[in-house]
Amino acid sequence: MKFGILVFPGSNCDQDCFHVVKNVLKKPVRYIWHRETDLSGLDCVILPGGFSYGDYLRTGAVARFSPVMKALADFAAKGSTVIGICNGFQILLEAKLLPGIMLRNKNLHFICKHVYIKTENNHTRFTSLYKKDQILRIPIAHNEGNYYIDARGLEDLRNNNQIVFRYCSATGEVNDQYNPNGALDNIAGIINKHGNVLGMMPHPERSAESELGSNDGFFLFKAIFKWLETQKHD
Amino acid sequence: MIKPEVYHTLGLNDQEYKNILKILKREPSPTELAMFSVEWSEHCGYLCSRKWLKLLPKTGKYKTLIGEDSGGIIIDDLAIIFKMESHNHPSQVEPKQGAATGVGGIIRDIFTAGARPIALLDSLRFGPLSHAYNKYLLRGVVDGIQFYGNCVGVPTVGGEIYFDESYNGNCLVNAMCIGIADRKKLARARATGAGNSIMYVGSSTGKDGIGGCSILASNEFGKGDEKRPTVQIGDPFTEKCLIEATLEAIETGYIVGIKDMGAAGLTCCTSEMASAGNSGMDVELQCVPRREEGMEPWEVMMSESQERMLVCIKKGKERAVKQIFLKWGLKANVIGNVTADGFVTIRDIDKIEARIKAHSLTRAPVFDMPYTRPKKLKELNSLNLTGLLLPGDHNKILRKLLSSPSIADKSWVYGQYDHMVGTNTVVLPGSDAAVIRLKGTHKAIAATTDCSSRYCLLDPYEGARIAVAEAARNLVCAGADPAAVTDCLNFGNPEKPESFWYFKNCVEGISDACRAFRIAVVSGNVSFYNESPKAAINPTPAIGMIGIVSDVKRACSQGFKRPGDVIILLGRTLEELGGSEYLKEIHGLVRGRPPKLNIDLEKTIQKTALEAIEKGLVNSAHDCSEGGLAVALAECCISDKENMIGAVIDNLNYSMRTDALLFGESQSRIILSCKKEYAWKIEKIAKRNKAPFHTIGRTEGNRLKIFVRRKEVINLPLEKLDEGWRGSLKRHLSIIPRN
Amino acid sequence: MIVEIYITLKRTVADPQGLTVKHALESLGYKNLADVRMGKMVVITLDYEDKDKAEREINEMCKKLLANPIIEEYRFKIKGQGA
Repeated sequence: MKFGILVFPGSNCDQDCFHVVKNVLKKPVRYIWHRETDLSGLDCVILPGGFSYGDYLRTGAVARFSPVMKALADFAAKGSTVIGICNGFQILLEAKLLPGIMLRNKNLHFICKHVYIKTENNHTRFTSLYKKDQILRIPIAHNEGNYYIDARGLEDLRNNNQIVFRYCSATGEVNDQYNPNGALDNIAGIINKHGNVLGMMPHPERSAESELGSNDGFFLFKAIFKWLETQKHD
Repeated sequence: MIKPEVYHTLGLNDQEYKNILKILKREPSPTELAMFSVEWSEHCGYLCSRKWLKLLPKTGKYKTLIGEDSGGIIIDDLAIIFKMESHNHPSQVEPKQGAATGVGGIIRDIFTAGARPIALLDSLRFGPLSHAYNKYLLRGVVDGIQFYGNCVGVPTVGGEIYFDESYNGNCLVNAMCIGIADRKKLARARATGAGNSIMYVGSSTGKDGIGGCSILASNEFGKGDEKRPTVQIGDPFTEKCLIEATLEAIETGYIVGIKDMGAAGLTCCTSEMASAGNSGMDVELQCVPRREEGMEPWEVMMSESQERMLVCIKKGKERAVKQIFLKWGLKANVIGNVTADGFVTIRDIDKIEARIKAHSLTRAPVFDMPYTRPKKLKELNSLNLTGLLLPGDHNKILRKLLSSPSIADKSWVYGQYDHMVGTNTVVLPGSDAAVIRLKGTHKAIAATTDCSSRYCLLDPYEGARIAVAEAARNLVCAGADPAAVTDCLNFGNPEKPESFWYFKNCVEGISDACRAFRIAVVSGNVSFYNESPKAAINPTPAIGMIGIVSDVKRACSQGFKRPGDVIILLGRTLEELGGSEYLKEIHGLVRGRPPKLNIDLEKTIQKTALEAIEKGLVNSAHDCSEGGLAVALAECCISDKENMIGAVIDNLNYSMRTDALLFGESQSRIILSCKKEYAWKIEKIAKRNKAPFHTIGRTEGNRLKIFVRRKEVINLPLEKLDEGWRGSLKRHLSIIPRN
Repeated sequence: MIVEIYITLKRTVADPQGLTVKHALESLGYKNLADVRMGKMVVITLDYEDKDKAEREINEMCKKLLANPIIEEYRFKIKGQGA
């Protein structure tokens, strides 16, 4: 059971993700340089946060042409597990492995703070250890977290239960007041139709240890591992 | 024959030019003249300050490392490297890029030592926000810091922001960076070993920052000035790649030395690396990657283009090192080699443009600047409290102080900084000091920046001592043992004796306080000539201090944690209002003397608080500073927005003016909160350390109530305190055009 | 009257975005790129047709707000009538 963490020039949360898998989850993990084209031997690929290519032009726009992305598309098409966090989510959107686009935060500033998100769908391989509607305390840190999709796309997401996390209050209210960046429908994280690719703006690797203020994020990684175990036995 | 107007414009006086003639035994070429002018400038040569900087202690209770461009301490197997640097004048002109390139520069000084940058802090000062340009500066500087720091992936975890009239026309942007390395894998900024290669890595060279040397242009004097950009654009993406590539390259063991191209770029690197290594360097400028065509040799040598470094590599290993930089998309060209002759030889298509002994360039003269105590200080120091009107409504004053921009909550600022990247930030911005854990150990580093420039204006020696004491106190409140200092000394024109008197006295104050605390000054920076047309800035010796938290689980923060806790005040309150925020904000006066600092008393307080925190007896710790006891208590109540807790302070039995008791800034005071059952244990520790200890109240409810001799003087709901404090900065800022 | 304003970094200022995009295009196979520069475009619709007045006002807007004279330069095109 091996995790792989993609590293693009400019990624800066790769070491944080590596630390969670290796030292907190205590599972095998390696870095994948963006020029590699062979993902064999890996069971889950993490696209970490950061500023790949400086976020120049559009966030994620340049990274999505990296040599590794073709292999990643095949990896995802096979049904293997992929999670894109923050910039990773933005790259998955540019690469069309997830639908929609990220716009600049409504207040036009970078926002770094702890937020609450609600688990809308706990039937995914990522959220199986959370209860339905469980509220998680996980930090965000981004300039472009304002998720947008057209009306048809939003309808699709809703109908297929693809919305996994929504921004909310500490008590679970989902409304404008608790939407930090203007994201459509308070969307903080989505999965693809098949349910094997997750994209989320909040950083679960930053809340995987109580020492850092919350360990809610730990259970997302644990859930992935648990799911991979069941696959192994099949 | 070089005309005096030429070398005068470059900043060299007649005597210095004579010295150059003596050293070279001939006239200098334009390139050589430019190289001397910049190496012997105040900025690079520290001509006015070196004599006094020698006073600062280089050793202390922790083992120190003093390198060429940075310094640090050793903790177990780790080296903690840190430094603070100014970028004041560029930020005044173009705040976003000025601040951004300031951050970039300081980060480079850290990773070129082989240390991975793990935290940034910023000490910022602006004129009042009532002026449109200052709003523009604040927005721009914060934008620059977030633009660079966030992209490069180093968390900005702390700092300070102050507003004062003296900074109108000359803001201060001091950036501090902390990095960690395996103590055996550090790199030095020197070139040694004749035959070893000199490699240039990073971005291309353009005509950035050489405006001042334009007199050397082979086209007409002054022509083409506007073509030379005065401000560089920061490129944090390239910097991030540089960090990874450099650390990877240093791991190979093939790097003999490495240095950041900062002020005066190639000139600085070639001469200083050669001089530090007691060797020479032979460089061919045609190998330097350029962004512009037709650059003259002196332009290539003077350029301040960002994100470039010079590396000295073991002969034969050039390809292996180059591969690493190419992998990260960076330019890497061998441009020369180390020689044994001690000369810096600069060639342009083999023609020798400059040939100077490295030591001649780097051993700039030391000036002994005259200093005189300012005449106006006597009047300024007089403060008659009996003439000061006693306020009637203390609630109103507390609210006013909490909403004054220097005291108000700064989350509008640090909410734009990624302060969590790296997953090491255990105590986030908004407390007395940030705490950054050291993965793989049980320890953590606490960091803070401090300086009350108003105290330094009124009494530079005391003010500087207090800056050191306060920084140490802040670290103790986070649960750390104060360990080492980096300083960023911001002053006016050193050629004015009254101005220099401030510098000399501040350095003496820092030195004495550091010795008393056994804290070394491992690195630092001096920024002179901070003046607007009206006057010099207040003397601002910013102190950046780090401390060691021996058990990260015991890291402490300033907000009250739960109702029913006992509130303790360690220290003594005297009737002192000189230099206080209260005196300025409420009475419009900047007068008196700073509160007295008794270092022995300070040590007892710090020892007590740290011991109590380390033993797990303390729930929160916060020191009293601007705004005094009342402001500190309010901050304890409302710091954590999600967990605001009220307090009742009903055991203040001092007999003095109530405003001095509530808002006076007596030194060496720490507020602790603890479980009821632990109060006696903390008292026992205090008694053993001979620290004054008083139980002054308890946490409860959703109001802050303060009674003095049983009379209620403060009674405010937490929402009202929060309203003024939390939204203040945002309210003061509104969209405003540049001019 | 519609005015299109182009704001770019001054020629002498480094353009890291432009360089990154140039490398990205080259990696997609476009080899004949001499240079790539990034900028902003602002489209302003004025509710009058006086060309001289427009030139004067647009110049003022650029100098005061839209372009930062320290590092940016601007040029604009008046596109004629209507929206």
